[in-house]
Amino acid sequence: MDWVAIRLSLELAAITVALLLPIGVFLGRLLAYRDIRGKEVVEALVALPLVLPPTVFGYYLLVAFGMASPIGRLWNELFGRQLVFTFEGLVLASVIFNLPFAVQPMQRAFEAIAPDVRAAAACCGMPPWRATLEIELPLAWPGIVTALVLSFAHTLGEFGIVLMVGGAIPGETKTVAIAIYDRVQAFDDVGAGQMALVLLVFSLATIAVTFLASRRVGRRLG
Amino acid sequence: MLEVELHQDAPIPLAARLVCAPCELLALVGPSGSGKTTILRTIAGLYRPKAGRVAVDGTVWFDAARGVHLPTHRRRVGLVFQSYALFPHMSALDNIVAAMGHRPRGERAERARELLRLVHLDGLEQRRPAELSGGQQQRVAVARALAREPAVLLLDEPFSAVDRATRQRLYLEIAELRRVLSMPVVLVTHDLEEAMMLADRLTVLHRGETLQTGPPQEVTTKPASPQVARLVDVGNLFEGTIAGTDRERGLALLDWRGRLLEVGGPPPAPAGTRLPWLVPDGFVILHRRDRPSRGERENPIPGRIEQMLVLGQTARLSLRPDHAPELPIRFSVPLHVARRNGIEPGVAATVSLLAQGIHLMAPTGS
Repeated sequence: MDWVAIRLSLELAAITVALLLPIGVFLGRLLAYRDIRGKEVVEALVALPLVLPPTVFGYYLLVAFGMASPIGRLWNELFGRQLVFTFEGLVLASVIFNLPFAVQPMQRAFEAIAPDVRAAAACCGMPPWRATLEIELPLAWPGIVTALVLSFAHTLGEFGIVLMVGGAIPGETKTVAIAIYDRVQAFDDVGAGQMALVLLVFSLATIAVTFLASRRVGRRLG
Repeated sequence: MLEVELHQDAPIPLAARLVCAPCELLALVGPSGSGKTTILRTIAGLYRPKAGRVAVDGTVWFDAARGVHLPTHRRRVGLVFQSYALFPHMSALDNIVAAMGHRPRGERAERARELLRLVHLDGLEQRRPAELSGGQQQRVAVARALAREPAVLLLDEPFSAVDRATRQRLYLEIAELRRVLSMPVVLVTHDLEEAMMLADRLTVLHRGETLQTGPPQEVTTKPASPQVARLVDVGNLFEGTIAGTDRERGLALLDWRGRLLEVGGPPPAPAGTRLPWLVPDGFVILHRRDRPSRGERENPIPGRIEQMLVLGQTARLSLRPDHAPELPIRFSVPLHVARRNGIEPGVAATVSLLAQGIHLMAPTGS
Protein backbone atom coordinates (compact mmCIF):
# COMPACT_ATOMS: atom_id res chain seq x y z
CA MET A 1 0.00 0.00 0.00
CA ASP A 2 1.42 3.36 -1.08
CA TRP A 3 0.46 5.55 1.89
CA VAL A 4 2.40 8.49 0.51
CA ALA A 5 0.26 8.46 -2.63
CA ILE A 6 -2.95 8.14 -0.60
CA ARG A 7 -1.94 11.06 1.61
CA LEU A 8 -1.00 13.14 -1.42
CA SER A 9 -4.34 12.41 -3.07
CA LEU A 10 -6.26 13.37 0.09
CA GLU A 11 -4.27 16.60 0.41
CA LEU A 12 -4.84 17.45 -3.23
CA ALA A 13 -8.58 16.76 -2.93
CA ALA A 14 -8.90 18.78 0.30
CA ILE A 15 -7.08 21.83 -1.08
CA THR A 16 -9.02 21.62 -4.36
CA VAL A 17 -12.33 21.56 -2.51
CA ALA A 18 -11.28 24.43 -0.24
CA LEU A 19 -10.47 26.55 -3.29
CA LEU A 20 -13.57 25.48 -5.19
CA LEU A 21 -15.96 26.48 -2.41
CA PRO A 22 -15.61 30.26 -2.89
CA ILE A 23 -15.05 29.96 -6.65
CA GLY A 24 -18.08 27.71 -7.11
CA VAL A 25 -20.35 29.85 -4.92
CA PHE A 26 -19.30 32.98 -6.80
CA LEU A 27 -19.69 31.49 -10.28
CA GLY A 28 -22.79 29.43 -9.46
CA ARG A 29 -24.56 32.46 -7.98
CA LEU A 30 -23.47 34.67 -10.86
CA LEU A 31 -24.76 32.22 -13.47
CA ALA A 32 -27.98 31.60 -11.54
CA TYR A 33 -29.03 35.19 -10.86
CA ARG A 34 -27.27 37.61 -13.13
CA ASP A 35 -28.30 38.29 -16.66
CA ILE A 36 -24.73 38.70 -17.84
CA ARG A 37 -23.68 38.99 -21.44
CA GLY A 38 -21.94 35.92 -22.78
CA LYS A 39 -23.45 33.76 -20.05
CA GLU A 40 -23.71 30.82 -22.46
CA VAL A 41 -20.00 31.10 -23.25
CA VAL A 42 -19.08 31.01 -19.56
CA GLU A 43 -21.38 28.03 -19.01
CA ALA A 44 -19.85 26.21 -21.97
CA LEU A 45 -16.31 26.89 -20.73
CA VAL A 46 -17.18 25.63 -17.26
CA ALA A 47 -18.71 22.46 -18.74
CA LEU A 48 -15.81 21.79 -21.10
CA PRO A 49 -13.95 19.32 -18.84
CA LEU A 50 -17.05 17.10 -18.89
CA VAL A 51 -16.81 16.44 -22.60
CA LEU A 52 -13.11 16.80 -23.41
CA PRO A 53 -10.97 13.63 -23.14
CA PRO A 54 -8.76 14.03 -20.03
CA THR A 55 -5.58 13.55 -22.06
CA VAL A 56 -6.58 16.35 -24.44
CA PHE A 57 -7.50 18.61 -21.54
CA GLY A 58 -4.28 17.63 -19.76
CA TYR A 59 -2.27 18.39 -22.88
CA TYR A 60 -3.63 21.93 -23.12
CA LEU A 61 -3.03 22.51 -19.42
CA LEU A 62 0.52 21.22 -19.83
CA VAL A 63 1.08 23.71 -22.63
CA ALA A 64 -0.60 26.52 -20.69
CA PHE A 65 1.43 25.85 -17.52
CA GLY A 66 4.76 25.30 -19.28
CA MET A 67 7.66 27.75 -19.22
CA ALA A 68 6.84 28.73 -22.81
CA SER A 69 3.49 30.19 -21.72
CA PRO A 70 2.86 33.49 -19.91
CA ILE A 71 1.12 31.68 -17.02
CA GLY A 72 4.08 29.36 -16.46
CA ARG A 73 6.58 32.21 -16.64
CA LEU A 74 4.57 34.46 -14.31
CA TRP A 75 4.29 31.65 -11.75
CA ASN A 76 7.99 31.03 -11.98
CA GLU A 77 8.76 34.71 -11.46
CA LEU A 78 6.43 34.95 -8.46
CA PHE A 79 7.31 31.73 -6.65
CA GLY A 80 10.57 30.58 -8.16
CA ARG A 81 9.13 27.20 -9.08
CA GLN A 82 7.58 25.91 -12.24
CA LEU A 83 3.97 24.83 -12.51
CA VAL A 84 4.27 21.62 -14.46
CA PHE A 85 5.30 18.49 -12.57
CA THR A 86 4.71 20.17 -9.18
CA PHE A 87 2.00 19.82 -6.54
CA GLU A 88 0.90 23.44 -7.07
CA GLY A 89 0.41 22.79 -10.78
CA LEU A 90 -1.63 19.75 -9.90
CA VAL A 91 -3.82 21.82 -7.56
CA LEU A 92 -4.44 24.41 -10.27
CA ALA A 93 -5.25 21.74 -12.86
CA SER A 94 -7.49 19.98 -10.36
CA VAL A 95 -9.44 23.17 -9.64
CA ILE A 96 -9.95 23.74 -13.37
CA PHE A 97 -11.04 20.25 -14.29
CA ASN A 98 -13.40 20.10 -11.32
CA LEU A 99 -15.17 23.34 -12.24
CA PRO A 100 -18.24 21.66 -13.78
CA PHE A 101 -18.60 19.29 -10.81
CA ALA A 102 -18.52 22.24 -8.42
CA VAL A 103 -20.25 25.02 -10.34
CA GLN A 104 -23.18 23.17 -11.90
CA PRO A 105 -24.75 21.71 -8.72
CA MET A 106 -24.23 25.04 -6.94
CA GLN A 107 -25.82 26.94 -9.84
CA ARG A 108 -28.82 24.59 -9.79
CA ALA A 109 -29.09 24.98 -6.03
CA PHE A 110 -29.14 28.78 -6.27
CA GLU A 111 -31.62 28.64 -9.15
CA ALA A 112 -33.92 26.45 -7.05
CA ILE A 113 -34.44 29.20 -4.46
CA ALA A 114 -37.80 30.84 -5.18
CA PRO A 115 -37.35 34.38 -6.57
CA ASP A 116 -39.97 35.59 -4.07
CA VAL A 117 -37.87 34.30 -1.17
CA ARG A 118 -34.92 36.36 -2.36
CA ALA A 119 -37.19 39.35 -2.91
CA ALA A 120 -38.56 38.82 0.61
CA ALA A 121 -35.04 39.00 2.01
CA ALA A 122 -34.58 42.42 0.39
CA CYS A 123 -38.01 43.53 1.65
CA CYS A 124 -36.89 42.47 5.14
CA GLY A 125 -34.19 45.11 4.84
CA MET A 126 -31.32 42.66 4.26
CA PRO A 127 -28.51 44.11 2.16
CA PRO A 128 -27.33 41.67 -0.55
CA TRP A 129 -24.41 40.30 1.51
CA ARG A 130 -26.72 39.48 4.43
CA ALA A 131 -29.28 37.88 2.13
CA THR A 132 -26.53 35.72 0.63
CA LEU A 133 -25.19 34.63 4.02
CA GLU A 134 -28.46 34.15 5.88
CA ILE A 135 -30.90 33.06 3.18
CA GLU A 136 -29.23 31.88 -0.02
CA LEU A 137 -26.30 29.89 1.37
CA PRO A 138 -28.31 27.94 3.94
CA LEU A 139 -30.95 27.10 1.31
CA ALA A 140 -28.38 26.18 -1.33
CA TRP A 141 -26.29 24.23 1.18
CA PRO A 142 -27.31 20.70 0.08
CA GLY A 143 -26.30 21.55 -3.49
CA ILE A 144 -23.05 23.08 -2.31
CA VAL A 145 -22.20 20.01 -0.23
CA THR A 146 -23.01 17.74 -3.17
CA ALA A 147 -20.74 19.83 -5.37
CA LEU A 148 -17.87 19.62 -2.92
CA VAL A 149 -18.23 15.87 -2.36
CA LEU A 150 -18.36 15.24 -6.10
CA SER A 151 -15.26 17.36 -6.64
CA PHE A 152 -13.44 15.61 -3.80
CA ALA A 153 -14.22 12.13 -5.11
CA HIS A 154 -13.47 13.14 -8.66
CA THR A 155 -10.06 14.52 -7.67
CA LEU A 156 -9.13 11.24 -5.97
CA GLY A 157 -9.94 9.34 -9.14
CA GLU A 158 -8.58 11.61 -11.89
CA PHE A 159 -5.85 9.92 -13.89
CA GLY A 160 -5.21 11.33 -17.36
CA ILE A 161 -4.91 15.00 -16.52
CA VAL A 162 -2.79 14.29 -13.43
CA LEU A 163 -0.40 12.20 -15.44
CA MET A 164 -0.10 14.81 -18.19
CA VAL A 165 0.39 17.84 -15.92
CA GLY A 166 2.10 16.24 -12.95
CA GLY A 167 3.90 13.20 -14.19
CA ALA A 168 4.32 10.63 -11.44
CA ILE A 169 6.84 12.06 -9.02
CA PRO A 170 6.51 10.22 -5.66
CA GLY A 171 5.49 12.57 -2.86
CA GLU A 172 4.97 15.46 -5.27
CA THR A 173 2.53 14.46 -8.00
CA LYS A 174 2.04 10.69 -7.77
CA THR A 175 -1.59 10.35 -6.68
CA VAL A 176 -3.30 7.13 -5.64
CA ALA A 177 -4.86 6.60 -9.07
CA ILE A 178 -1.43 6.69 -10.66
CA ALA A 179 0.04 4.53 -7.91
CA ILE A 180 -2.56 1.84 -8.69
CA TYR A 181 -1.60 1.94 -12.36
CA ASP A 182 2.06 1.73 -11.33
CA ARG A 183 1.42 -1.32 -9.15
CA VAL A 184 -0.44 -3.08 -11.96
CA GLN A 185 2.42 -2.37 -14.36
CA ALA A 186 4.78 -3.90 -11.80
CA PHE A 187 2.57 -7.04 -11.51
CA ASP A 188 1.87 -6.17 -7.85
CA ASP A 189 -1.79 -7.20 -7.93
CA VAL A 190 -2.12 -7.27 -4.13
CA GLY A 191 -0.89 -3.66 -3.75
CA ALA A 192 -3.08 -2.47 -6.63
CA GLY A 193 -6.06 -4.35 -5.24
CA GLN A 194 -5.69 -2.89 -1.75
CA MET A 195 -5.50 0.69 -3.02
CA ALA A 196 -8.34 0.14 -5.47
CA LEU A 197 -10.45 -1.16 -2.58
CA VAL A 198 -9.61 1.90 -0.48
CA LEU A 199 -10.78 4.16 -3.33
CA LEU A 200 -13.91 2.07 -3.91
CA VAL A 201 -14.94 2.13 -0.25
CA PHE A 202 -14.19 5.80 0.04
CA SER A 203 -16.20 6.67 -3.10
CA LEU A 204 -19.17 4.61 -1.96
CA ALA A 205 -19.05 6.20 1.49
CA THR A 206 -18.97 9.76 0.12
CA ILE A 207 -21.92 9.13 -2.17
CA ALA A 208 -23.92 7.51 0.63
CA VAL A 209 -23.17 10.39 2.99
CA THR A 210 -24.20 12.94 0.36
CA PHE A 211 -27.49 11.23 -0.35
CA LEU A 212 -28.27 10.86 3.33
CA ALA A 213 -27.42 14.46 4.08
CA SER A 214 -29.46 15.85 1.19
CA ARG A 215 -32.46 13.71 2.13
CA ARG A 216 -32.31 14.92 5.73
CA VAL A 217 -32.09 18.54 4.63
CA GLY A 218 -34.96 17.89 2.20
CA ARG A 219 -37.13 16.63 5.06
CA ARG A 220 -36.18 19.56 7.25
CA LEU A 221 -37.14 22.13 4.61
CA GLY A 222 -40.23 20.15 3.64
CA MET B 1 -48.71 59.20 2.37
CA LEU B 2 -47.80 57.06 -0.60
CA GLU B 3 -47.72 58.70 -4.02
CA VAL B 4 -47.15 56.66 -7.16
CA GLU B 5 -47.02 57.72 -10.78
CA LEU B 6 -45.73 55.31 -13.41
CA HIS B 7 -45.47 55.43 -17.18
CA GLN B 8 -44.15 52.86 -19.56
CA ASP B 9 -45.14 51.47 -22.96
CA ALA B 10 -43.19 48.21 -22.96
CA PRO B 11 -42.53 45.48 -21.93
CA ILE B 12 -45.41 45.88 -19.46
CA PRO B 13 -47.61 48.88 -20.30
CA LEU B 14 -48.12 51.18 -17.32
CA ALA B 15 -50.08 54.40 -16.90
CA ALA B 16 -50.74 54.40 -13.21
CA ARG B 17 -51.44 57.11 -10.69
CA LEU B 18 -52.35 56.40 -7.14
CA VAL B 19 -52.27 57.97 -3.75
CA CYS B 20 -52.77 56.20 -0.45
CA ALA B 21 -53.10 58.06 2.84
CA PRO B 22 -51.83 56.82 6.21
CA CYS B 23 -54.26 54.33 7.78
CA GLU B 24 -56.00 53.93 4.45
CA LEU B 25 -56.41 50.60 2.68
CA LEU B 26 -56.35 50.99 -1.09
CA ALA B 27 -57.22 47.94 -3.18
CA LEU B 28 -55.86 47.53 -6.70
CA VAL B 29 -58.41 45.50 -8.61
CA GLY B 30 -58.17 44.13 -12.11
CA PRO B 31 -57.96 40.95 -14.12
CA SER B 32 -54.74 38.98 -14.20
CA GLY B 33 -52.19 40.70 -16.38
CA SER B 34 -53.58 44.15 -15.55
CA GLY B 35 -50.32 45.23 -13.93
CA LYS B 36 -51.42 45.13 -10.28
CA THR B 37 -48.46 43.13 -9.06
CA THR B 38 -46.05 45.12 -11.23
CA ILE B 39 -47.18 48.32 -9.50
CA LEU B 40 -46.73 46.69 -6.10
CA ARG B 41 -43.27 45.44 -7.03
CA THR B 42 -42.36 48.89 -8.29
CA ILE B 43 -43.30 50.42 -4.94
CA ALA B 44 -41.10 47.81 -3.25
CA GLY B 45 -38.22 48.47 -5.65
CA LEU B 46 -38.31 44.96 -7.11
CA TYR B 47 -39.25 46.33 -10.52
CA ARG B 48 -37.95 49.44 -12.22
CA PRO B 49 -40.20 50.98 -14.88
CA LYS B 50 -38.91 53.40 -17.50
CA ALA B 51 -40.63 56.49 -16.19
CA GLY B 52 -42.37 57.56 -13.02
CA ARG B 53 -42.01 58.43 -9.40
CA VAL B 54 -42.67 56.76 -6.07
CA ALA B 55 -42.61 58.84 -2.91
CA VAL B 56 -43.48 57.90 0.66
CA ASP B 57 -44.02 60.56 3.32
CA GLY B 58 -42.12 63.03 1.16
CA THR B 59 -39.09 60.74 0.70
CA VAL B 60 -38.49 59.87 -2.94
CA TRP B 61 -37.89 56.13 -3.41
CA PHE B 62 -37.95 56.19 -7.17
CA ASP B 63 -37.72 59.02 -9.67
CA ALA B 64 -36.79 57.99 -13.18
CA ALA B 65 -36.26 61.57 -14.32
CA ARG B 66 -33.70 62.21 -11.57
CA GLY B 67 -32.20 58.74 -11.73
CA VAL B 68 -33.23 57.93 -8.15
CA HIS B 69 -33.84 54.25 -7.41
CA LEU B 70 -33.48 53.28 -3.78
CA PRO B 71 -32.66 49.57 -3.52
CA THR B 72 -35.38 47.44 -1.95
CA HIS B 73 -33.49 46.79 1.28
CA ARG B 74 -33.27 50.52 1.92
CA ARG B 75 -37.00 51.13 1.44
CA ARG B 76 -39.04 50.74 4.59
CA VAL B 77 -41.58 48.49 2.98
CA GLY B 78 -43.47 45.45 4.23
CA LEU B 79 -44.56 43.08 1.50
CA VAL B 80 -46.76 40.04 2.02
CA PHE B 81 -46.21 37.83 -1.01
CA GLN B 82 -48.89 35.73 -2.66
CA SER B 83 -46.70 32.68 -1.96
CA TYR B 84 -45.82 34.18 1.47
CA ALA B 85 -42.14 33.57 0.59
CA LEU B 86 -41.23 32.64 4.17
CA PHE B 87 -37.64 31.55 4.74
CA PRO B 88 -38.09 27.76 4.84
CA HIS B 89 -34.99 27.06 6.92
CA MET B 90 -36.01 29.38 9.76
CA SER B 91 -38.56 29.07 12.54
CA ALA B 92 -41.59 31.38 12.59
CA LEU B 93 -39.83 33.51 15.21
CA ASP B 94 -36.57 33.72 13.23
CA ASN B 95 -38.49 34.65 10.08
CA ILE B 96 -39.76 37.69 11.93
CA VAL B 97 -36.45 38.48 13.61
CA ALA B 98 -34.85 38.40 10.13
CA ALA B 99 -36.75 41.59 9.26
CA MET B 100 -35.49 43.48 12.32
CA GLY B 101 -32.01 44.43 11.23
CA HIS B 102 -32.88 48.04 12.12
CA ARG B 103 -33.46 47.22 15.82
CA PRO B 104 -30.93 46.60 18.58
CA ARG B 105 -30.17 42.87 18.82
CA GLY B 106 -31.46 42.53 22.38
CA GLU B 107 -34.96 43.75 21.56
CA ARG B 108 -35.62 41.63 18.50
CA ALA B 109 -36.84 38.33 19.98
CA GLU B 110 -39.21 40.08 22.39
CA ARG B 111 -40.70 42.27 19.68
CA ALA B 112 -41.04 39.23 17.37
CA ARG B 113 -43.00 37.42 20.11
CA GLU B 114 -45.27 40.46 20.44
CA LEU B 115 -45.94 40.40 16.71
CA LEU B 116 -46.70 36.68 16.79
CA ARG B 117 -49.20 37.36 19.58
CA LEU B 118 -50.72 40.14 17.47
CA VAL B 119 -51.41 37.67 14.64
CA HIS B 120 -52.60 34.99 17.11
CA LEU B 121 -49.66 32.63 16.65
CA ASP B 122 -48.23 32.57 20.18
CA GLY B 123 -46.99 29.10 21.01
CA LEU B 124 -45.88 28.36 17.44
CA GLU B 125 -42.62 30.37 17.63
CA GLN B 126 -40.36 27.40 16.92
CA ARG B 127 -42.35 25.87 14.06
CA ARG B 128 -40.83 25.98 10.62
CA PRO B 129 -43.01 27.18 7.70
CA ALA B 130 -43.46 23.60 6.45
CA GLU B 131 -45.01 22.72 9.82
CA LEU B 132 -47.60 25.52 9.62
CA SER B 133 -50.96 25.57 7.83
CA GLY B 134 -51.58 27.98 4.94
CA GLY B 135 -53.42 30.43 7.16
CA GLN B 136 -50.68 30.30 9.80
CA GLN B 137 -48.02 30.89 7.15
CA GLN B 138 -49.93 33.92 5.93
CA ARG B 139 -50.01 35.29 9.49
CA VAL B 140 -46.26 34.81 9.86
CA ALA B 141 -45.81 36.64 6.55
CA VAL B 142 -47.94 39.53 7.84
CA ALA B 143 -46.02 39.64 11.13
CA ARG B 144 -42.72 39.61 9.23
CA ALA B 145 -43.88 42.48 7.00
CA LEU B 146 -44.83 44.49 10.12
CA ALA B 147 -41.53 43.64 11.83
CA ARG B 148 -39.77 45.89 9.34
CA GLU B 149 -41.86 48.79 10.74
CA PRO B 150 -42.77 49.68 7.19
CA ALA B 151 -43.73 53.11 5.94
CA VAL B 152 -45.99 51.27 3.48
CA LEU B 153 -47.58 47.83 3.81
CA LEU B 154 -48.12 45.95 0.54
CA LEU B 155 -50.35 42.87 0.30
CA ASP B 156 -50.07 40.87 -2.92
CA GLU B 157 -53.13 38.57 -3.24
CA PRO B 158 -52.49 37.42 0.33
CA PHE B 159 -55.71 35.42 0.61
CA SER B 160 -55.62 33.48 -2.65
CA ALA B 161 -53.74 30.42 -1.39
CA VAL B 162 -56.00 29.47 1.51
CA ASP B 163 -59.36 27.73 1.68
CA ARG B 164 -62.58 29.68 1.94
CA ALA B 165 -63.15 29.25 5.68
CA THR B 166 -59.59 30.32 6.50
CA ARG B 167 -59.95 33.27 4.13
CA GLN B 168 -63.04 34.53 5.95
CA ARG B 169 -61.16 34.32 9.27
CA LEU B 170 -58.15 36.12 7.83
CA TYR B 171 -60.40 38.93 6.50
CA LEU B 172 -61.61 39.55 10.01
CA GLU B 173 -58.08 39.49 11.35
CA ILE B 174 -56.86 41.97 8.76
CA ALA B 175 -59.80 44.24 9.51
CA GLU B 176 -58.97 43.98 13.22
CA LEU B 177 -55.26 44.49 12.61
CA ARG B 178 -55.92 47.67 10.67
CA ARG B 179 -56.98 49.41 13.84
CA VAL B 180 -53.39 49.30 15.10
CA LEU B 181 -51.72 50.12 11.77
CA SER B 182 -50.92 53.71 10.93
CA MET B 183 -49.28 53.36 7.51
CA PRO B 184 -50.84 53.29 4.05
CA VAL B 185 -51.82 49.75 3.02
CA VAL B 186 -52.07 48.67 -0.62
CA LEU B 187 -53.89 45.42 -1.34
CA VAL B 188 -53.68 43.73 -4.71
CA THR B 189 -56.53 41.40 -5.54
CA HIS B 190 -58.51 40.09 -8.47
CA ASP B 191 -61.43 39.41 -6.14
CA LEU B 192 -63.82 42.33 -6.20
CA GLU B 193 -65.81 41.11 -3.22
CA GLU B 194 -62.63 40.92 -1.18
CA ALA B 195 -61.75 44.48 -2.20
CA MET B 196 -65.26 45.71 -1.35
CA MET B 197 -65.03 44.12 2.07
CA LEU B 198 -61.60 45.36 3.08
CA ALA B 199 -60.80 48.52 1.16
CA ASP B 200 -61.53 52.17 1.94
CA ARG B 201 -61.02 52.97 -1.71
CA LEU B 202 -60.37 50.86 -4.72
CA THR B 203 -58.57 51.49 -7.96
CA VAL B 204 -59.63 49.64 -11.09
CA LEU B 205 -56.77 48.68 -13.36
CA HIS B 206 -56.70 47.49 -16.92
CA ARG B 207 -53.54 46.84 -18.91
CA GLY B 208 -51.48 48.83 -16.44
CA GLU B 209 -53.78 51.84 -16.55
CA THR B 210 -55.57 53.12 -13.46
CA LEU B 211 -59.09 53.72 -14.79
CA GLN B 212 -61.00 54.82 -11.71
CA THR B 213 -60.38 55.27 -8.01
CA GLY B 214 -63.05 55.74 -5.39
CA PRO B 215 -64.93 54.21 -2.48
CA PRO B 216 -65.98 50.65 -3.38
CA GLN B 217 -69.67 51.51 -3.34
CA GLU B 218 -69.14 54.37 -5.75
CA VAL B 219 -66.94 52.45 -8.18
CA THR B 220 -69.33 49.52 -8.35
CA THR B 221 -72.52 51.56 -8.74
CA LYS B 222 -71.20 54.58 -10.60
CA PRO B 223 -68.38 53.32 -12.81
CA ALA B 224 -66.70 56.07 -14.78
CA SER B 225 -66.86 54.28 -18.10
CA PRO B 226 -68.37 51.20 -19.75
CA GLN B 227 -64.91 49.62 -19.50
CA VAL B 228 -64.84 50.02 -15.71
CA ALA B 229 -68.43 48.76 -15.58
CA ARG B 230 -67.40 45.59 -17.38
CA LEU B 231 -64.30 45.15 -15.19
CA VAL B 232 -66.25 45.45 -11.94
CA ASP B 233 -69.01 43.37 -13.50
CA VAL B 234 -71.91 45.81 -13.09
CA GLY B 235 -74.52 44.42 -15.44
CA ASN B 236 -77.23 46.13 -17.45
CA LEU B 237 -75.06 48.40 -19.54
CA PHE B 238 -77.00 50.15 -22.32
CA GLU B 239 -76.99 53.26 -24.48
CA GLY B 240 -79.55 56.02 -24.46
CA THR B 241 -80.13 59.64 -25.46
CA ILE B 242 -80.68 62.58 -23.13
CA ALA B 243 -84.25 63.68 -23.76
CA GLY B 244 -84.52 66.63 -21.42
CA THR B 245 -84.92 67.68 -17.81
CA ASP B 246 -87.77 67.55 -15.35
CA ARG B 247 -86.71 70.67 -13.43
CA GLU B 248 -89.53 70.48 -10.94
CA ARG B 249 -88.49 67.08 -9.68
CA GLY B 250 -84.78 67.52 -10.35
CA LEU B 251 -84.71 64.61 -12.75
CA ALA B 252 -83.05 63.95 -16.07
CA LEU B 253 -85.05 62.25 -18.79
CA LEU B 254 -83.42 59.53 -20.83
CA ASP B 255 -84.72 58.02 -24.03
CA TRP B 256 -84.00 54.31 -24.07
CA ARG B 257 -85.14 52.87 -27.37
CA GLY B 258 -88.27 54.97 -27.36
CA ARG B 259 -89.04 54.51 -23.65
CA LEU B 260 -88.57 57.53 -21.46
CA LEU B 261 -86.72 56.84 -18.22
CA GLU B 262 -86.46 59.18 -15.25
CA VAL B 263 -82.95 59.48 -13.88
CA GLY B 264 -82.03 60.96 -10.47
CA GLY B 265 -79.97 64.16 -10.63
CA PRO B 266 -79.40 66.71 -13.39
CA PRO B 267 -78.35 65.46 -16.83
CA PRO B 268 -74.57 65.39 -17.40
CA ALA B 269 -74.92 66.42 -21.06
CA PRO B 270 -77.27 68.54 -23.22
CA ALA B 271 -80.42 67.04 -24.69
CA GLY B 272 -79.80 64.89 -27.73
CA THR B 273 -76.48 63.54 -26.44
CA ARG B 274 -76.07 59.82 -26.81
CA LEU B 275 -74.36 58.19 -23.85
CA PRO B 276 -73.86 54.87 -22.09
CA TRP B 277 -75.88 54.22 -18.96
CA LEU B 278 -76.37 51.39 -16.55
CA VAL B 279 -78.53 50.23 -13.71
CA PRO B 280 -76.92 47.89 -11.14
CA ASP B 281 -78.69 44.70 -10.14
CA GLY B 282 -79.81 46.09 -6.77
CA PHE B 283 -81.82 48.90 -8.38
CA VAL B 284 -84.02 46.65 -10.52
CA ILE B 285 -87.25 45.86 -8.66
CA LEU B 286 -89.59 43.06 -9.69
CA HIS B 287 -93.28 43.97 -9.58
CA ARG B 288 -95.73 41.64 -7.92
CA ARG B 289 -97.61 39.83 -10.60
CA ASP B 290 -100.86 39.34 -8.65
CA ARG B 291 -101.50 43.00 -7.81
CA PRO B 292 -99.87 46.34 -8.59
CA SER B 293 -97.48 47.76 -6.01
CA ARG B 294 -96.34 51.22 -5.12
CA GLY B 295 -93.06 51.44 -6.99
CA GLU B 296 -94.71 50.62 -10.26
CA ARG B 297 -94.78 54.15 -11.51
CA GLU B 298 -90.99 54.43 -11.37
CA ASN B 299 -89.64 53.53 -14.83
CA PRO B 300 -91.77 50.42 -15.34
CA ILE B 301 -90.40 48.07 -17.99
CA PRO B 302 -92.72 45.27 -19.05
CA GLY B 303 -91.25 42.20 -20.67
CA ARG B 304 -90.85 38.44 -20.55
CA ILE B 305 -88.65 36.36 -18.28
CA GLU B 306 -86.04 34.76 -20.48
CA GLN B 307 -83.98 32.85 -17.98
CA MET B 308 -84.00 31.91 -14.32
CA LEU B 309 -80.90 30.52 -12.66
CA VAL B 310 -81.18 29.36 -9.07
CA LEU B 311 -77.99 29.97 -7.06
CA GLY B 312 -78.64 28.83 -3.50
CA GLN B 313 -81.38 31.05 -2.10
CA THR B 314 -81.09 33.58 -4.91
CA ALA B 315 -82.78 33.53 -8.32
CA ARG B 316 -80.80 35.24 -11.10
CA LEU B 317 -83.31 36.45 -13.67
CA SER B 318 -83.10 38.02 -17.08
CA LEU B 319 -86.01 39.89 -18.56
CA ARG B 320 -86.42 40.74 -22.25
CA PRO B 321 -88.19 44.14 -22.37
CA ASP B 322 -91.14 44.27 -24.77
CA HIS B 323 -89.79 47.43 -26.43
CA ALA B 324 -86.24 46.08 -26.88
CA PRO B 325 -86.17 42.28 -26.57
CA GLU B 326 -82.55 42.09 -27.71
CA LEU B 327 -81.38 43.95 -24.57
CA PRO B 328 -82.11 41.72 -21.58
CA ILE B 329 -82.08 43.25 -18.10
CA ARG B 330 -80.40 41.03 -15.51
CA PHE B 331 -81.27 41.14 -11.82
CA SER B 332 -81.61 38.93 -8.75
CA VAL B 333 -84.40 38.35 -6.29
CA PRO B 334 -84.63 36.05 -3.28
CA LEU B 335 -85.72 32.63 -4.44
CA HIS B 336 -88.95 32.74 -2.39
CA VAL B 337 -89.96 36.00 -4.09
CA ALA B 338 -89.51 34.40 -7.50
CA ARG B 339 -91.51 31.34 -6.42
CA ARG B 340 -94.34 33.36 -4.86
CA ASN B 341 -94.70 35.39 -8.04
CA GLY B 342 -94.76 32.30 -10.23
CA ILE B 343 -91.66 33.44 -12.06
CA GLU B 344 -90.39 31.00 -14.66
CA PRO B 345 -88.97 31.33 -18.17
CA GLY B 346 -91.55 32.64 -20.64
CA VAL B 347 -93.93 34.40 -18.19
CA ALA B 348 -94.74 38.10 -18.54
CA ALA B 349 -93.33 40.32 -15.78
CA THR B 350 -92.62 43.97 -15.14
CA VAL B 351 -89.67 45.54 -13.38
CA SER B 352 -88.98 49.07 -12.21
CA LEU B 353 -85.59 50.68 -12.81
CA LEU B 354 -85.13 52.94 -9.78
CA ALA B 355 -84.31 56.49 -10.84
CA GLN B 356 -81.67 56.87 -8.13
CA GLY B 357 -79.83 53.76 -9.35
CA ILE B 358 -79.61 54.69 -13.02
CA HIS B 359 -76.11 55.95 -13.70
CA LEU B 360 -75.34 58.02 -16.76
CA MET B 361 -71.75 57.91 -17.98
CA ALA B 362 -69.81 60.43 -20.00
CA PRO B 363 -70.47 60.12 -23.73
CA THR B 364 -68.03 57.64 -25.24
CA GLY B 365 -65.29 59.07 -27.35
CA SER B 366 -65.14 62.32 -25.37
